Amino acid sequence: MAETGATSQNNPWRWLVVGVPYLWLLVFFTAPFLIIFKISLSDTAIAMPPYTPTFEGFGAIGDFLSQLDVENYLFLTEDPLYINAYLSSLRMALISTGLLLLIGYPMALAMARAPSTIRPTLLMMVILPFWTSFLIRVYAWIGILKPEGLLTLLLQSIGLFGPDQQVQIFRTDYAVFIGIVYSYLPFMVLPLYSALEKMDNTLLEAASDLGCPPWKAFWKITFPLSLPGVIAGSMICFIPITGEFVIPDLLGGAETLMIGKTLWTEFFGNRDWPLASAVAVLLLLALVVPIVIFQNQQQKVR
Amino acid sequence: MAKSLGPVKRKFSPWTDPAATPFIRFENITKRYGDFVAVDNLTLDIYEREFFSLLGPSGCGKTTLMRMLAGFEEPTEGRILLQGKDLSGTPPYKRPTNMMFQSYALFPHMTVEKNIAFGLEQDGLPKADIQARVEEMLRLVKLENFAKRKPAQLSGGQRQRVALARSLAKRPKVLLLDEPLGALDRKLREETQFELMDIQHTLGLTFLIVTHDQEEAMTVSDRIAVMDKGIVVQVATPAEIYEAPNSRYVAEFIGDINILECALVENAGECVHPGHPPVVHLESDGLKIAVEQECAAVVGDRVAFAIRPEKVRISLDQPPETGSNLAHGEVWDIGYLGDFSVFLVRLEDGRTIRAAQANVSRLVDRPITFGDMVWLSWPLDGGLVLTR
Repeated sequence: MAETGATSQNNPWRWLVVGVPYLWLLVFFTAPFLIIFKISLSDTAIAMPPYTPTFEGFGAIGDFLSQLDVENYLFLTEDPLYINAYLSSLRMALISTGLLLLIGYPMALAMARAPSTIRPTLLMMVILPFWTSFLIRVYAWIGILKPEGLLTLLLQSIGLFGPDQQVQIFRTDYAVFIGIVYSYLPFMVLPLYSALEKMDNTLLEAASDLGCPPWKAFWKITFPLSLPGVIAGSMICFIPITGEFVIPDLLGGAETLMIGKTLWTEFFGNRDWPLASAVAVLLLLALVVPIVIFQNQQQKVR
Repeated sequence: MAKSLGPVKRKFSPWTDPAATPFIRFENITKRYGDFVAVDNLTLDIYEREFFSLLGPSGCGKTTLMRMLAGFEEPTEGRILLQGKDLSGTPPYKRPTNMMFQSYALFPHMTVEKNIAFGLEQDGLPKADIQARVEEMLRLVKLENFAKRKPAQLSGGQRQRVALARSLAKRPKVLLLDEPLGALDRKLREETQFELMDIQHTLGLTFLIVTHDQEEAMTVSDRIAVMDKGIVVQVATPAEIYEAPNSRYVAEFIGDINILECALVENAGECVHPGHPPVVHLESDGLKIAVEQECAAVVGDRVAFAIRPEKVRISLDQPPETGSNLAHGEVWDIGYLGDFSVFLVRLEDGRTIRAAQANVSRLVDRPITFGDMVWLSWPLDGGLVLTR
């Protein structure tokens, strides 16, 4: 083992293989981020592009740098709209992640405990929604949730709702939660399933043998051992939900406050690119903390 | 069967006492999986403080039987009694049995200490008592310095000890051991076998061990049940199983043995040695065989003569015996095992008989070598007649 390790260390191909993704990230993540960061320090202008200053070559670099400032960031702290949008996004993401765990964990557990012959089918069914475009699936929810939609029709036809009653959840936070939980469920179920599926069933037999009834064994054995999956699934869902734009835009109402929507409004509604960039930079920083926690956890598992 | 061995002194043999009540009783147990019959109408008694082995090849039903006692499987028919109490329907977590798993099944997220304490915590014992018992168990398996380690930080032998300590911590009425030493190397396995016997003796518990390793079963057990295809073929002490197997299956499963197909010539009941059973005469393709044994077979029956290689004498000169229990052949192959040499002798008719000789002196060149014509002989009580 040590020998093969040593040879692969000196193998130039190794550096190529490692280098390509890093180069990719440098070009397509770091560079755009730096551009956004620069714009966030600029001022709005009625121009093309809609901000000033613009980089005019190294001769005027001193002048260029002197025009950059942090006033956009200061503005963000002054207007409660932005702080509220951040907090509201984090709250939405937290609640959604909690709901996803509550729904996804039993699903993943049932899949992992299912006979091994039907497990691939169950797995396939979880992945199946990806065969349709994400956008179309969210649109489909409009058809279900709108006041004269399928849900109303169903409730009316089984007699729970009178003919003049309608489901009033479209364009509310509830619709956003439904959309988010539906869209992100596979991202929660898959890491949980992979953690639970690996688990040795004799551990539960051992617990039972030592006098631990099944419901207690779940909390003492199954759940602690699935924690890496719980954390992975939660992070994979929590991080993008915080910045989610499409679902709150399509299903949410006017009162749905999420940072992704705010960002969109600033960029395309107000054409305030510098302020929007500042919002984006802060969003990224807000998410770096959970990402670091996630990375640490992954390292611990290894 | 035991009679042919003459009187045997035993300190512990409750199974010979008709008044003794069995501690565990498997009563007409049948276990079916669909069409497959894993255990077939099996009845077996195990006594208190006994070290009992279930021995057999994989798929013979021994593990299923143990898992039914632990409660992981319910018998399709029949019942299991522990101290006279029917265990049917009692879930594993309410049974007074503990199991040491083949894979050890240690909880990977808990320290050694926590693993051992797990069962005690389920009983809701006071913290101080748990701590005391855990320390006692750690001492018993000599792992005092490893209490805070996680299973992943232990060697295979250490994990096996933790598994043993964990299963013993609750002082179960019956300890079940499922192929407990399978994963250990030979030396460690032998050491551990003796430690197991020691622990069993010290704690005075009933041990039931499942194994496919006949040596392991012979070493540790008070009694062995040899199983085949869901039934028990023979239940006896290791010595009885080895010296007086009741069938070809048991004879061939345990140790090395020569089997010769024979016809029964005479079963007259003539007694050669006073106090020993009468002599049975057999013939196997011109080979005359005489055995001291009580035998139910009658003249003309096809039977098998079985004899262990170490009971066959091998010599270059013709031995004093005449007529019976004497064969002549050529040394075909020699297996040198260090303590023993096994000679494969080919008779004139092409059959082979193995004879083992203890290497009592430090000779590199043995007097008997390949191609030598040798005489094989054995005493009247050397082999036995098998009727099934």
